[in-house]
Amino acid sequence: MSDTPRKRSLETGRRYPGSTLFGLLCGTATVLCVTALVGLLATVVAEGAPWLSTTLLTSFSSRKPELAGILGSLMGSLWLISITTLICVPIGVGAAIYLEEYAANSWWKRLVQLNIANLAGVPSIVYGILGLGLFVRTLGLGRSVLAGALTLALVVLPIVILAAQEALRAVPPSIRQASYALGATRWQTVWRQVLPAALPGVMTGVILAIARALGEAAPLVAVGAATYVAFVPYSVHDEFSALPLQIFDWASRPQEEFHGLASAAILVLLVVLVMLNAGAVYVRLKYGRRIKW
Amino acid sequence: MSVLPTTGVPTTGPQRSITTPHSAGNRLGERIIRRLLRTCAIVSVLTTIGIVAVLLSESLKFFGEVSVFEFLTGAQWTPLFSPPHFGVLPLVCGTMLVTGGAILIAGPIGLGTAIYLSEYAPPVVREIIKPVLEVLAGIPSVVYGVVAVTTVSPIVQRLFGSESIFNALSASIVVGFMILPMIVSLSEDVLRSVPRDLRSAAYALGATKLDVTTRVVVPAALSGIVAAVLLAISRAIGETMAVTLAAGATPNLTLNPLESVQTMTAYIVQVSKGDTPTGSIEYRTIFAVGLTLFCITMSLNIIAQWVLKRMREQYE
Amino acid sequence: MVTHGAERSISLADTPPRRVATTDPRQTRMTETTAASRTETAGPLRSIRPPAFDSARPARSADELAGAAAKIAVSDLNFFYGANQALHDIKLAIPERCVTAFIGPSGCGKSTFLRCLNRMNDMIDDARVEGEILLDGESLRGPRVDVVELRKRVGMVFQKSNPFPKSIFENIAYGPRVAGERNKARLYEIAERCLQHAALWDEVKDRLEDSALALSGGQQQRLCIARALATDPEVLLMDEPASALDPASTARIEDLIFELKDKYTIVIVTHNMQQAARVSDQTAFFFQGVLVEAGATNEIFTNPAKKQTEDYITGRFG
Repeated sequence: MSDTPRKRSLETGRRYPGSTLFGLLCGTATVLCVTALVGLLATVVAEGAPWLSTTLLTSFSSRKPELAGILGSLMGSLWLISITTLICVPIGVGAAIYLEEYAANSWWKRLVQLNIANLAGVPSIVYGILGLGLFVRTLGLGRSVLAGALTLALVVLPIVILAAQEALRAVPPSIRQASYALGATRWQTVWRQVLPAALPGVMTGVILAIARALGEAAPLVAVGAATYVAFVPYSVHDEFSALPLQIFDWASRPQEEFHGLASAAILVLLVVLVMLNAGAVYVRLKYGRRIKW
Repeated sequence: MSVLPTTGVPTTGPQRSITTPHSAGNRLGERIIRRLLRTCAIVSVLTTIGIVAVLLSESLKFFGEVSVFEFLTGAQWTPLFSPPHFGVLPLVCGTMLVTGGAILIAGPIGLGTAIYLSEYAPPVVREIIKPVLEVLAGIPSVVYGVVAVTTVSPIVQRLFGSESIFNALSASIVVGFMILPMIVSLSEDVLRSVPRDLRSAAYALGATKLDVTTRVVVPAALSGIVAAVLLAISRAIGETMAVTLAAGATPNLTLNPLESVQTMTAYIVQVSKGDTPTGSIEYRTIFAVGLTLFCITMSLNIIAQWVLKRMREQYE
Repeated sequence: MVTHGAERSISLADTPPRRVATTDPRQTRMTETTAASRTETAGPLRSIRPPAFDSARPARSADELAGAAAKIAVSDLNFFYGANQALHDIKLAIPERCVTAFIGPSGCGKSTFLRCLNRMNDMIDDARVEGEILLDGESLRGPRVDVVELRKRVGMVFQKSNPFPKSIFENIAYGPRVAGERNKARLYEIAERCLQHAALWDEVKDRLEDSALALSGGQQQRLCIARALATDPEVLLMDEPASALDPASTARIEDLIFELKDKYTIVIVTHNMQQAARVSDQTAFFFQGVLVEAGATNEIFTNPAKKQTEDYITGRFG
């Protein structure tokens, strides 16, 4: 460079409107997401709050809106998620342990893994059809709590497996090596070291899976669960309804009053979901932070 | 120290042996546990086999009565009328109409949010937005359906003068917001996985944030974003309760979003709600429709996973 | 380019000026090297500097080594990671109640070899072993070998201290517990004995129920040694046990190794040649998966038989 370069200043006073505008647009999109949530909750509260009453919690569904309640469906939901949890947690965590701690990296493991990833993407209504064909008809369980719970367990099984696998993977390999080097067997290592260390993550995943099971209506519709029951299920062989089904039923009626009832039932459902999620956060904060690798 | 013992294990009494009287791995308990855990993993495989078997067995019976050609090309879906018509196109069309609308809504908003979160947002904002998205994702489908019925549909009706309270547009709107969190979190992940060096290189050349984002980061993450959108489409296609409540129950071969349509999932719900006798052709239609649904969503998922896998390999 | 360790053998107290002047990138490790060699006394400068042996720590002589029984005997050992052969025809006898050091540049296979001795490599999916390893004359790889029992007899200490995220006591008690010991009093007895053995008892005796993760790095590593002792092993494998520790903690670990060799057969992998010289009786030099030379530490460091060994020890490569 022979001649002296033109003097350039860093203070160009130039602005980049395109860049700023783009940032604003993206920011707006984000604001829309938040607005959507706020709007959704506001709508539900506005519609549902007037219908919140003790009648809602203590009566069964009725043709008269002012007498209708969610007792049967709420109890049905509690039955469902209890049994679903009992079924899917041992199987899901067991499968995760098998994949992470036992299975060698073979075609078989990859197949199972691919299969689980795909199952997670299968629409829940398809599980409902499976439940209808397999549990209700072929196994003859009828439209019972058990058939519904088995179906829901299959819906959330991939969620439990994937969450548990992630939690197990987060346990450092050095812990396993230390345990093996001390003459522990594989199961002793898993049961005494790996699983306790992974427990907060596993529990968080399980709680999220339960929340999902609680909100699912489509598979239950396909299984043929009732939308009107005038009793609390007494055993796993009883017919049942579930809270999201009750909401669906009310929302699909033409009368405005039932829409209000549906919104009120949603508030109850959301309260239960919030409690579950608060539980997940609590587990994460209380036990997750204690172990630092 | 000079005298070294030549044999034996002085610390413990008898000589220990590492060989066992039985064959290796004689620990019966360990073997049983391994079997049990393996069985758990097999349950997931059996689930897939079960889905395919149940769908196929009833569908085959259905296709014994209705030709595959009529099913796939027929423009009328009236299985409950006489004479019945079994053309799945109106249901597929309804599904695509709702899904297309949902993607048109969720795609730009989701991508914009993802870009904002990964490129612009200060950590504090991220900390607030992430839980908001998690909550949106965690709200059950039926809740979106109720909001569609009570709020979105009346607004759409007033704004666009749709005749029916049930219309594809309100279904698209609620489904769009349902799949929004999925698009945001998946695309944000891939955007953030674009190496920092790449950004630094562009900034060092004097690029503005717009240039860096649209010409470097988004192109680098494009396949991941495509995968995210594919997964969201799959989710929207399989979406049931909200769509059933919002879009109605009219099999309708139309592209007008203001008309009432019926999706594949909504049809399954409609038949399930009624008391259709096992073995009847109506009963079997839900398996045929379910099989169609399963095939479409499964292919989308597999393609999306393949795209994601290829992208991951590229950066690792 | 593998650099660590090589310089250390010649970094004795009387040579710093030369080292400071040089621009060799390897010299950047100087501070660390000087610190690590602080316990050394300067010897006469020769083409190969013999490490200065601590007079308080007599190493076993070549004759003593020859007289010792082979606790572990390895013959024709080949090891493969998939298609890559990591170890070639290793033949080595590890004498009982002696310290054997494996030295060599990173990736030379010394850690892989160590992990063959308690079959920790079993857990690697595509690893394959050929050849014979005998522990007290019994094959490690026979069809009826119980790996769990083997690992109780051949303990291991890892490069990075890896205490369980539990209390100090639970860490020690783990080995006996998985072996079936349930008696709490007995477990405390074991914990006290092992902690004393690992020279950690005085520091932790009042807080056995505290989390092991609250200990310092050096204490954690001694806890891991104590934990390994609790299964009553005969052999102790140590995979660079002091590489992540400060010089003071390193010195304590080395003292400990020296005390433990009266009771245990110890195999230590190290990339620090002075450490090998300080603590070991026998040294084996590995290079690119081949055991180049093994012999009494004194011999190897003062009079290596192979040119490669000499080059490595004098820091000409590595």
